[in-house]
Amino acid sequence: MTVRLRTERPNDSQSRWLPTYAAAVFAFLYLPIVVLIVYSFNGQSVGGFPPRDLTTHWYRVLASDDAMWDSVVNSLEVALAAVALALAFGLPAALALDRVKFPGKQLFRRLVLLPLILPGIITGLSLLMLFVAAGMKLSLLTITLGHGTALISVATTELFAGLQALDRAQEEASLDLGANYWQTFWRVTLPNLRLSIVGAALLIFTLSIDEIAVSFFLIGRSNTLPLEIWSRLRRGMTPEINAVSTLIFGFSLITILVWYRLRVRGRVVAEEIA
Amino acid sequence: MYSRAYKAAVGIPPLAWVAGFLLLPYALLFAYSFWQVGAQQVIHRWNLGNYRELFDNPMYLEVLFRSMKIAGAVTAFALLLGYPLAYYLSFRSRRKELLYQLVIVPLWVSYLVRAYSWKTILGSDGVLNTLLQYVHVVRHPVESLLYSPFAVVLTLTHIYTPFAFLPIYASLEHIPRRLVEASEDLGATPARTFLRVILPLSLPGVLAGATFAFVLSLGDFLAPLLLGGPSGIMISNVVVSLFGAAYNWPLGAAISLSMLVLVVVLLSIVQRAERKLSFG
Repeated sequence: MTVRLRTERPNDSQSRWLPTYAAAVFAFLYLPIVVLIVYSFNGQSVGGFPPRDLTTHWYRVLASDDAMWDSVVNSLEVALAAVALALAFGLPAALALDRVKFPGKQLFRRLVLLPLILPGIITGLSLLMLFVAAGMKLSLLTITLGHGTALISVATTELFAGLQALDRAQEEASLDLGANYWQTFWRVTLPNLRLSIVGAALLIFTLSIDEIAVSFFLIGRSNTLPLEIWSRLRRGMTPEINAVSTLIFGFSLITILVWYRLRVRGRVVAEEIA
Repeated sequence: MYSRAYKAAVGIPPLAWVAGFLLLPYALLFAYSFWQVGAQQVIHRWNLGNYRELFDNPMYLEVLFRSMKIAGAVTAFALLLGYPLAYYLSFRSRRKELLYQLVIVPLWVSYLVRAYSWKTILGSDGVLNTLLQYVHVVRHPVESLLYSPFAVVLTLTHIYTPFAFLPIYASLEHIPRRLVEASEDLGATPARTFLRVILPLSLPGVLAGATFAFVLSLGDFLAPLLLGGPSGIMISNVVVSLFGAAYNWPLGAAISLSMLVLVVVLLSIVQRAERKLSFG
């Protein structure tokens, strides 16, 4: 239950410009997306305003574009593997940061979070050097390792936040009642983290699908979707690319709504328990 | 409190990953930066040639400064757009949760496609030019909208404003509303309350948002490649070509390492500033 404080009344005498300004910023953020969707129905294949001959032709072209769908499948495989990798390493990292005291913890924390803010080019290039030195051929595997490395930071951050919000009393009760650490982990800690894990997984999945900076340097013979789009863009834009992006936008929108629903439901459940 | 086995189980996998996929690659970057290239091969002879090249050749410094200017402009605009938006959502909006999600949604559209959309908007027969001619502000299309630093700044601002918004919104949400109430009770005008209570308390978020926007746009190579033209080349484009057609991995590594060091130094400065500005 929220109490309406004085500061949150939206009809104060001041600041009529603020809502207008906020709307303008939203318009700025959405302008390219609106353009993108509109142009996916463009009858001509060149740009030019306004688009003429609205048609769903490009969506039909897209449906039979095998190379594009191959890259979509590749992207999905990489994304799922990246999620597994990121969670597998991110969860222990989050646990270590949340609970264990060890020397060099600050340095460890900085290193784990570094790929979050480092431009993708540095992560991509340094990993390229690693794979070359190890004699590995560039492929979907190297791209997966790249995504995993970059996205473990995301997993650690999300899971760490989830762990911080966890109620220690439950774990302590479990230990008091005679369970060992592993049992406590599997039966108390992990179920309570379910929401954080799912949220992290969705976030990592979506980030991996669109990842291009790191993938740019680690690409082998198979393309992921962004790289496929990139190679097409070099030859010239077609509204087919707009079409596939509109579909991705729709898909991502749904994913976000699902995530949002989970979060809201989780909070409602938590509030009911409290 | 935790057993040795537990500590090992949670400690070793991430440490192994950090060592193998972060430290080792950075070490390789370090090593490469001191080598040379010759006859289509990398010669493992340790010398400072690459770094000397960076400082002596004015082209690299010029590109670096241009990149920093562009990144600075993007950061300024991202804050100018992101802060009022975050403030509106946090303090004035009835539907802040929904609007928050709406800010994030554009991030899920492919970067490439959003950047290419700006091409459509800024091109000579694109949306903006057609509009400008329609309202008779200009008689001929403005050529320099596209393939210029302006286009790069515009696109990068579009991409990174949400990144600036997120931490600012988080820090604004953290401000206890009773402090704001108290300020108003004591007779401060809304402007005064903002300047003396809200703004200072939100500075950690502003710093974080500014850091994100600056670092990420400094290292960006896609937008300049698509929209920058010859006058909009940024430092990462130079690196990309050194690893591609220009084939000089050691020099590319030297530049990358310099960027890495720059980012780490910047982060330490920002963290120290954040600690001084946070109230507990």
